[in-house]
Amino acid sequence: MATRQPIEPQPKVEVKGLNLYYGQHQALKDVGLAFYANQVTAIIGPSGCGKSTLLRCLNRMNDGIAGIRIEGKIALDGSDIYGRRQDLIQLRKAVGMVFQRPNVFPLSIFDNVAYGPRVHGLKNHARLAEIVERSLASVGLWGEARDRLNAPALGLSLGNRQLLCLARLVAVEPEVILLDEPASALDPISTLRIEELMRELQKEYTIIIVTHNMQQAARASDRTAFMLAGELVEYGETRQIFTNPRDSRTERYVTGKL
Amino acid sequence: MKQEGHVAGGGRRVRLSERGVERVLTAVALSAIGVLALITVFIFIGGIPAIARTGFWPFVSGHKWAPGRDVFGIFPMIMGSLWVTVGALAIGVPLSLACAIFLSEVAPPRTARVIKPAIELLAGIPSVIYGFMGLVILVPLIRNRFGGPGFSVLASSVVLGIMILPTVISISYDALKAVPDAYRDGSLALGATRWQTISMVLLPAARSGILAAVILGMGRAIGETMAVIMVAGNATKVPGSLLDPVRTLTSNIALEMGYAAGMHRAALFGTGVILFVIIMLLSVLASYTTSARGKAR
Ligand SMILES: Nc1ncnc2c1ncn2[C@@H]1O[C@H](COP(=O)(O)OP(=O)(O)O)[C@@H](O)[C@H]1O
Ligand SMILES: [Mg+2]
Repeated sequence: MATRQPIEPQPKVEVKGLNLYYGQHQALKDVGLAFYANQVTAIIGPSGCGKSTLLRCLNRMNDGIAGIRIEGKIALDGSDIYGRRQDLIQLRKAVGMVFQRPNVFPLSIFDNVAYGPRVHGLKNHARLAEIVERSLASVGLWGEARDRLNAPALGLSLGNRQLLCLARLVAVEPEVILLDEPASALDPISTLRIEELMRELQKEYTIIIVTHNMQQAARASDRTAFMLAGELVEYGETRQIFTNPRDSRTERYVTGKL
Repeated sequence: MKQEGHVAGGGRRVRLSERGVERVLTAVALSAIGVLALITVFIFIGGIPAIARTGFWPFVSGHKWAPGRDVFGIFPMIMGSLWVTVGALAIGVPLSLACAIFLSEVAPPRTARVIKPAIELLAGIPSVIYGFMGLVILVPLIRNRFGGPGFSVLASSVVLGIMILPTVISISYDALKAVPDAYRDGSLALGATRWQTISMVLLPAARSGILAAVILGMGRAIGETMAVIMVAGNATKVPGSLLDPVRTLTSNIALEMGYAAGMHRAALFGTGVILFVIIMLLSVLASYTTSARGKAR
């Protein structure tokens, strides 16, 4: 038997030569990086540098925007997600997203969490109830929500609504979870809770989080990508990015001088 | 120093004229409310004697309307209004919803910007035109195709169903447009199709606005007179089928007020009282559902 070489693991998501234009405006410039399973990868950078744009490419949420042009390649488990044979629904089932503002639907807590499984064809109530319980439990919301599953989800606090969004996503059993500044609208306690949760969820998922909060990136991520004006400036282990950046722009940004 | 004084003076003048405008507006608003109150009082004073003479229950449940013999039962007209209104909603609401969904969720924004005002323009067409089209096209068509006189519940429902389209489309469209894009994104990002997003998230989210649209359409259908008179046949009998002629509450008043006197006239006012009460209940329902929507957001 041949000895195994300690090689870099196969990336879960790989972005190569990604250029994106909103009409005339180029929002992403030749971006290339790889995201790995069971890791939390943070994307940091000043507002408007293209973090959300990059993230939304990963589950093709940009597709509908008028005048958009996307070049380059994004692969999920090695297969091109912009390829002609990619099923958009399967992609979004595999790559889920939590948005900046909690966007729970104006339905009950139960119906919010059951939404994903339902749209993917599950009708059996017992199975749905099981999934709802498991998903709420996985974000630590089961205790609070179990007695009010039929109450409107909009009645929850902002922080709990964001947790519910996460539970709603977990319920479809994605492989990759994209989080776009998930805590920027939340109080510090909810923020910490989301960060702890990412560490928990990391065991099962590939997690990519956009944040402009550097402490958050430093605390909660394994790898960090730093972007500036549509370019990926530096990408590496979080510790290295924050303690020993190679690029002077990264250094100025992480030390708060940019 | 001088400049400051000038500014203060200007401020006082503004405040004075502002108070003047306020008074004028208050007076106008109060007189509008006063006119409405007067109309209400006028209808009730005119109608109560007939209702009292006949008795409330015999008046609303009596099947016979024979003004020559002082017999006043408006049950056929109440049923008539009910039939044509329900018919109009059955035809108009599904069409309107489909159209509102198409304009808000499917059509390119530029198309919607052209079509929506065009649809709203339909609301400005005088109702006699709708009635005329019904009379020359729909009534013969129903007579030849399904039998009966053609003047019927069906003809009235179709005409009214078309007439309520602009109202119901426009308000349901606004309700759908008011649903935040975050819901659309959230649903699509979970792998839902566009149709699932519409039926499972957007329609429930816009529910109370759509309900308000339906209630306003209903009010329009109940209140419409001219177009209905032209295609309904106006017999004072409870219709037994969709092909039977029908008389509505509004038609009853419009058809006979021209020559009515004495107790007959009072009975027509009494018809107005019942109509008034029905429409009031509907408006209360409408404002209740719209305020419930305000609270839900
Ligand atoms: N839908 C859009 N249409 C046109 N330009 C956009 C759109 N979304 C974002 N942009 C532009 O692209 C750039 C990157 O935006 P974004 O990805 O949202 O940045 P970030 O998330 O890092 O703040 C910004 O200059 C922004 O104005
Ligand atoms: Mg952003």
